[in-house]
Amino acid sequence: MAVSKTLHQAARDGGAAAGESARDVPKVELRALDTLWFQVAGTVCNLACSHCFISCSPTNRTHEHMRLADVLPYLEEARRLGVKEYYFTGGEPFLNPDMEAILEATLKQGPATVLTNGLLLDDGRCSRLAALAAGSDYSLDLRVSLDGYDAATNDPIRGEGTFERILQGIENLAAAGLNPVVTVTEVHAGNATAEGRRRFLDLLRAHGVAQPRLKMLPLFQLGAEAERSGAYESWQQLRRGDAPPEGWDHLQCTTCRMVTDQGVWVCPILVNEPGGKMGQRLADSLGDFPLDHPACWTCHVYGVSCKT
Amino acid sequence: MSNRIPEDHQAKTAKASRKAKLTAHRGLATWGEKLVPLGEFRRAVDGAGRRLSDAQRDAAIERFTAPVGDGVPVEGPYRRVAVCGGVYANAYALEALLDDARRRGAEAIYCLGDLGGFGPQPERVWPLLVNGGVRTIQGNYEASLASGRDDCNCGYADPRDNHYAAISYRYTAQHSSPAFKAWMGELPERRRIRVGERELLLVHGSPRRINEFLFASTSPVDFLELLVAQNRCHGILCTHTGLHWHRRLPSGADVINAGVIGRPANDGRTAVWYAMLGCGTDGTLEVEHVPLSYDHQALARDMRREGLPEPFVETVLTGWWTTCLEILPARERAAGRF
Repeated sequence: MAVSKTLHQAARDGGAAAGESARDVPKVELRALDTLWFQVAGTVCNLACSHCFISCSPTNRTHEHMRLADVLPYLEEARRLGVKEYYFTGGEPFLNPDMEAILEATLKQGPATVLTNGLLLDDGRCSRLAALAAGSDYSLDLRVSLDGYDAATNDPIRGEGTFERILQGIENLAAAGLNPVVTVTEVHAGNATAEGRRRFLDLLRAHGVAQPRLKMLPLFQLGAEAERSGAYESWQQLRRGDAPPEGWDHLQCTTCRMVTDQGVWVCPILVNEPGGKMGQRLADSLGDFPLDHPACWTCHVYGVSCKT
Repeated sequence: MSNRIPEDHQAKTAKASRKAKLTAHRGLATWGEKLVPLGEFRRAVDGAGRRLSDAQRDAAIERFTAPVGDGVPVEGPYRRVAVCGGVYANAYALEALLDDARRRGAEAIYCLGDLGGFGPQPERVWPLLVNGGVRTIQGNYEASLASGRDDCNCGYADPRDNHYAAISYRYTAQHSSPAFKAWMGELPERRRIRVGERELLLVHGSPRRINEFLFASTSPVDFLELLVAQNRCHGILCTHTGLHWHRRLPSGADVINAGVIGRPANDGRTAVWYAMLGCGTDGTLEVEHVPLSYDHQALARDMRREGLPEPFVETVLTGWWTTCLEILPARERAAGRF
């Protein structure tokens, strides 16, 4: 893929990395397409979290919902490429009226994970999801986001009253026999410490989750988070010499792609960068990708993988 | 007079700011950290990326999924073969396996690696493997120990799982002689065998990576078909997850996770599992998962004597996993007690 200037430069009018030539940027190969993401709810969300790296909100139409008919051709292409697992995110996936039908179609061919804010997990939804899980040979996982172990730490990030509503959603899942993975960002310094983890695990046990599972994620200094805590600085860029001796295999972009209503992107993080788009179909996106965005630096330095 | 801003004012400001956030994007798109007119973003996206023709797309997928030869010689042919996964230093189970497999008429016994870890006195399994003629491949444990790596390379993120994995690895590294480690380093990473008409590839994790987990609930049929086709074989045998399963694919190929004989299969039984392969009718492969009883009480006593963690002993005595839980997919996790 020819790149005349870095992705981030394009958005910054020749800002931070000016003067650096594209050939200094390391490239990664797609080793295998194991993980296929769908931005199934676009950037539309019923919350507007202050750390959202793609600034999802009720009015953010940067990417739109994908209908079942939009998803099916990609699922078919994914079979030929031997995709191992499917992830659905947004925005809030359960705002998408086709979400359950999309899950039903997906679970016929592989395991699925939905990343949700937990607000739309009422009893009816949870029993339907449990029925979908029981009817498939493959695992169904629900990943619910929570950013603090009490309302005082969660709600300033995710919105007033969300702590109680998220926990209600988690309880409903547990009551239906679904064991969620709770995703916690490092928005509060203590979240990912041993003590922080213990508090989250205790909280989940107290709310009916017998086998609590956590997924910790660092923050990307993009979108709303850039506004909250500052954007990337010019030194936060990968260069060719940064390649570890064992290669870039720890980066998720060596084994994943992301589909939105507008085509195929390299990974879930760069969907709001037109330069992160690789093509219209999965077959268009099997080539190399230059690691020239500051978010690539975050993935490398923090060892981030969006998948569970 | 206080300088403090009245609380109701703070609340009002916060509410106004939240409301502004909810409506901030009308007609706008987020591009990185900036808001731009939606049309500008869409135009940039329309021109981005590749747009291949249908024929080019077919060719791209074909190239991407093309088979790769490995030049590994094929052993056999056999009529009946026993295959076991991780031994985890469980010499009692390995002895029981050697007896059981011979009694069932196995012409050869294969082991898919992970000889140490979890159990006591890892070197006890070495003479059993060598004298028993067990044809062994490298697991991630052997690869790590032989190369002097400081962890087992299972990739745990959970601190509790990591804690126990580290104890297990350190103990095994300290109780394995340089000669044993050197022998581990010489084991092949894969083997091929012929059972009847079927050529099978033996690997530890997957044909792609020594530490890839192939669980039943996260290994789709199309993914497995591709692995089989890329490796030009009629079936794949693997271990690494600790849980046994078998899937016959629409193409007729078989993918078999042999499970492990080192610890129970998180099913509440103290037995461990190995796989018995034979020639079925019409040239198909016959696959049987065999439960294996052994002196688990003796193993538990040895583990306690060696000061190994009590949760490991509990697993041996109850059949329920107490550690390494993080790696389990939703379905497999739900089947266990912890």
